[in-house]
Amino acid sequence: MPKVRIATAALAGCFGCHMSVLDIDERILKLIELVEFDKSPINDIKRFTDRCAVGIVEGGCANEENVHVLREFRTNCDVLISLGDCATMGGLPAMRNGIPLWECFEEAYIAGPTVHNPSGTIPNDPELPLILDRVYPCHEVVKIDMHLPGCPPPADAIWEVLTALLQNRPVSLSYGLLRYD
Amino acid sequence: MGTEVSHVTNTNELRRTIIEPVTRIEGHGKVSLLLDSSNRVQQARFHVVEFRGFERFVKGRPYWEIPVLVQRLCGICPVSHHLAAAKAMDVVVGVDDLTPTAERMRRLMHYGQFFQSHALHFFHLVSPDLLFGFDAEPGVRNVIGVAQQHPDLAVQGVMMRKWGQEIIKATAGKKIHGTGAVPGGINKNLTIEERDALVKDADRMLEWAVSALELCKKYTREHLAELASFGSFPSSHLSIVRADGAMDFYHGSLRAIDAEGNVIFDKVEPRDYLDVIREEVRPWSYMKFPYIKDLGPEKGWYRVGPLARLNTCDFIDTPIAEKEREELKELGGGRPVNVTMAYHWARLIELVHAAEKLGSLLRDPLLQGDDLVTKGERRSEGVGIIEAPRGTLFHHYRVNANDQVEMANLIVSTTNNNEPMNRAVGAVAAEHFDGREVTEGLLNRIEVAIRAYDPCLSCATHAVGQMPLSVTAYDATGAVVARGVKGSA
Repeated sequence: MPKVRIATAALAGCFGCHMSVLDIDERILKLIELVEFDKSPINDIKRFTDRCAVGIVEGGCANEENVHVLREFRTNCDVLISLGDCATMGGLPAMRNGIPLWECFEEAYIAGPTVHNPSGTIPNDPELPLILDRVYPCHEVVKIDMHLPGCPPPADAIWEVLTALLQNRPVSLSYGLLRYD
Repeated sequence: MGTEVSHVTNTNELRRTIIEPVTRIEGHGKVSLLLDSSNRVQQARFHVVEFRGFERFVKGRPYWEIPVLVQRLCGICPVSHHLAAAKAMDVVVGVDDLTPTAERMRRLMHYGQFFQSHALHFFHLVSPDLLFGFDAEPGVRNVIGVAQQHPDLAVQGVMMRKWGQEIIKATAGKKIHGTGAVPGGINKNLTIEERDALVKDADRMLEWAVSALELCKKYTREHLAELASFGSFPSSHLSIVRADGAMDFYHGSLRAIDAEGNVIFDKVEPRDYLDVIREEVRPWSYMKFPYIKDLGPEKGWYRVGPLARLNTCDFIDTPIAEKEREELKELGGGRPVNVTMAYHWARLIELVHAAEKLGSLLRDPLLQGDDLVTKGERRSEGVGIIEAPRGTLFHHYRVNANDQVEMANLIVSTTNNNEPMNRAVGAVAAEHFDGREVTEGLLNRIEVAIRAYDPCLSCATHAVGQMPLSVTAYDATGAVVARGVKGSA
């Protein structure tokens, strides 16, 4: 049986959800026998090499590149999962949504007590992607098939979702594993 | 091309090369090189393309929320932010000395984090380079390749990280984004059951840490000729050290030394950090450039992290790590070690030190004490400085009479290494880029130089593999001259 292809991405998150995937500990050795990772931070596959059964996205969309990557995942993945509170709700980065973006820049690059910035420059190089007006959860940008909440979702919850998908059975999360924190 | 150039005045004769991790489109870092007409590298820039705005949006939040809130900056070392913020808020609630139980619980959490973070970095990220070589097939040179070809080593890495994470869970309630530290103390002690579950593996963890260090040392010594100059340069070093000069990850005062080992400043208390540190803003990166105030932005930059800590401290207070420190010091011939690739060596000495510390700390009966929180006279401002796995981390807050945060200033560990990472990339590119062709070897080497600093902004690539890069070289008119992609299918 060919291995199931999985892709993962980290958008505007803290990488804690990917760390929680690693917290499945020794089960990761079992996982890599069952699945093959396509585009993901865990390898160096640059573009999708093949259609993926599962796409896992951590983080919401805070800049134009996040949107680009998310759309690419939607195009290439059969089942797209929002992993964690940033992907499902915008999470902590979305705390900036009630604040004008310019105030966030000024606080970081002009007002800070250690800042030395005589010209008042705010980083604006063409190499820097445009920041969105606010942080969007993934399902406001593309259709999402599954939402797994938590900050981060517990490793056991991630394991249950992955094994349920691999075994083609419904996901069953106990009370303690389905949480919002 | 509408390229802004900050350090080079005449851009007409220059052409530009972009080296970007695929993760650029996932919002991480990338590199650009500017070449002169002789194809020499004139300038190297390591751009950080992410911006969150924490300093602004924590304004108005109640101060007791902050340790739990700001750790969401980073899911790889959340404990560092959790504890740095808690230390700042200790000051705000008027606490200069925690209860012995609270102090030990926090240290346990912190050293547990060091252990898991350094183990993750070495086994999941660096070991593929060491086992397979810089020029190995990218398809093999990742942690899955390690798992397939060196299963014992992969299992050790997984189990070491797990042990560190279990310590964090026992002290903070969760492995990632826990809630253990509160202003003025901690909210739980360590139960006998938790202690016993952890202490039974302590000796084995130390043994594995020592063998990882041996592997890294052997590799470094065998390749010293190549590694000694690889992305290396003299620099100042900064960290906190304990009052008696010992290495201490949790608490101490700031010390900076220059490339020769002369003290630039010493015994600067965290509350006085504004006297010595400033940050420059440059338009091409969201990451600021810290420097030592009196030396100015040109000369005042410094390095932080494992190598800096090994250089600044007078000694390590655990026997195996101290012996190893002396051995590493020989590499510098009495002066600070400025070899960039020695970061890995230094990191593993710290892994051993953390294991030694954890072994004795876990057996300390004060962890079962009940006196968890203390408080004093409320203050309006607090600075918390801690050594995170990647270097010195500064948190500074002002809190108003309504208990709301009024000002937050964060200097994150990786930010301190901004200039050094730029220089390392520049040094490697100058040596290995022929100006015409973007080779696999160049891509590998730039990635290896950045990785030595274990930068947290490459979190995405940090986790389990290597950093994929694509390179495009443009001439002065913007036409593509050469293109190279590493690891594309």
